[in-house]
Amino acid sequence: MSTTAITETATVTLAGVSKVYGRGGTAVQALDQVSLTAAPGEFTCLIGASGCGKSTLLSLVAGLDQPTSGNVTVGGRVALMFQEPGLFPWLTAAGNVELALRAHKVPRAERQARTRELLDAVQLGGFGRKRPHELSGGMRQRVALARALAQDADVLLMDEPFGALDAMTRDVLHDELDRVRMRVGKPLTVLFVTHNVREAVRLGDRVVLLSSRPGRVIEEYPVPIERPRRIDSGPVAELASTITDRLRAEVGRHGN
Amino acid sequence: MATDTTLAGLDALELAPVPTGTGAGERARRLWAVLWPKLAAIALVWVVWELIHLTGWKHYVLPGPGVTLSNLWQQAQTGLLWHAVGDTLMRAVLGYAVALVIGVVVGLLVARVPPLRAAVGSLITGLQTLPSAAWIPFAIILFGLNTSTIIFIIVMAAAPAIANAVIAGVDYIPPLLLKSGKVMGLRGLSLTWHLIIPAALPTFMAGIKQAWAFTWHALLTAELLVLVTGVPSIGVLFEADQEQTDMPSTISIMIVIVVLGILVDALFVQANKAIRKRWGLT
Repeated sequence: MSTTAITETATVTLAGVSKVYGRGGTAVQALDQVSLTAAPGEFTCLIGASGCGKSTLLSLVAGLDQPTSGNVTVGGRVALMFQEPGLFPWLTAAGNVELALRAHKVPRAERQARTRELLDAVQLGGFGRKRPHELSGGMRQRVALARALAQDADVLLMDEPFGALDAMTRDVLHDELDRVRMRVGKPLTVLFVTHNVREAVRLGDRVVLLSSRPGRVIEEYPVPIERPRRIDSGPVAELASTITDRLRAEVGRHGN
Repeated sequence: MATDTTLAGLDALELAPVPTGTGAGERARRLWAVLWPKLAAIALVWVVWELIHLTGWKHYVLPGPGVTLSNLWQQAQTGLLWHAVGDTLMRAVLGYAVALVIGVVVGLLVARVPPLRAAVGSLITGLQTLPSAAWIPFAIILFGLNTSTIIFIIVMAAAPAIANAVIAGVDYIPPLLLKSGKVMGLRGLSLTWHLIIPAALPTFMAGIKQAWAFTWHALLTAELLVLVTGVPSIGVLFEADQEQTDMPSTISIMIVIVVLGILVDALFVQANKAIRKRWGLT
């Protein structure tokens, strides 16, 4: 019933995971019998309407919370990124990245060089000395990405990381995320939560559709579209509209 | 690569241009904008005081502003006033420093250890409402008529306010920062040092300014009631002036205290500003 680190073929495995908040009459079931696996290096997008327990699911994988029943197994270390960058405002961009390295016991001598590498990876090499409030929203989110990468994780959990950004910045960051993922030496497994169906299809190797209240897996869509992809390309739009139809049908169920 | 240039372009567009440095003329204008309301307030007080004096109300004990200020000027020529102010300030700084150490340690423990908060959280607030004069009999019996007594009274007055400032600072840390720190792997002492303390600092700074006011109140109360022989202090001067019914000297010292209060407040405001700027809160 707890998060244990093991090494298997799948990096993340959820087996019959349920999560109930509260008890008695006011109890809310956030997740119901969710089973899901993510292969090493796989990019999985989780999509669903409000109340589908996406964020709960990520918290369980991150070990911030325990499932009520079922098993969560994660083979490797986990880093988590939110919609808000959550940078420490009293530290510079480089300081934020360096603190993550420090928390992971990277020796002092290596930290500076690693920090520079990570900021270069998100194309912020020239902005290390800036404080978060001096950067734009997109830049802050890239610092947060560099900080997540600094944790040397095997699994990157992303909770609507681009939800608060304008469309153009988001598009560019999609390309950026694709590229950064390739630059990391080992396959980086990603679980990506979003409300945006096109974003899910643009990024994912697989899109998992969740129902709402409680969250259940209702359908999984492989995304056999060649990379590099564009969010406004035909195949992306086509698959996105299929998934959107299914999502709308699911949401409509709650209106009656 | 196309993405690189697009990204660099977006970055350049989104960063607002930094306002260029201001010249001496601009600085003088800003200084004047801050200064004239203060000068006007002083002039207003002077006029009201003078008018009260002119009505002749209690004229044999209430001096006018002119007499008082010339008395202040005379006192400023002698070393005694500065010596007394120096001694009193010394006590304030010492007491406040001890209160800071105790208050910060107790505050952090209470804020971070839930059973401890349940046990002594309300006691700290209770102590804060206890007037500092209430500690005087206890302190005199414990230490006698000396400086330790005065320092003790300051600490009892200021430390609870400082501890409460730490607790408030910790409580107002944005949950997202705590979650980020946890995910990042910060634990225990390194969590406290790298996240809790810096994140609590802006709220804490507002609270310790109030603690300085408590320090000053407790100090003057203590100095008036605990006369330490051989050490000139503001309290000793007050006592002497009261015995001789020397009203101009009494008011002069009150003016000195108010001016000191304003100066120290300016220091706190500057420190607060610097932190808020660095934290990106302005």
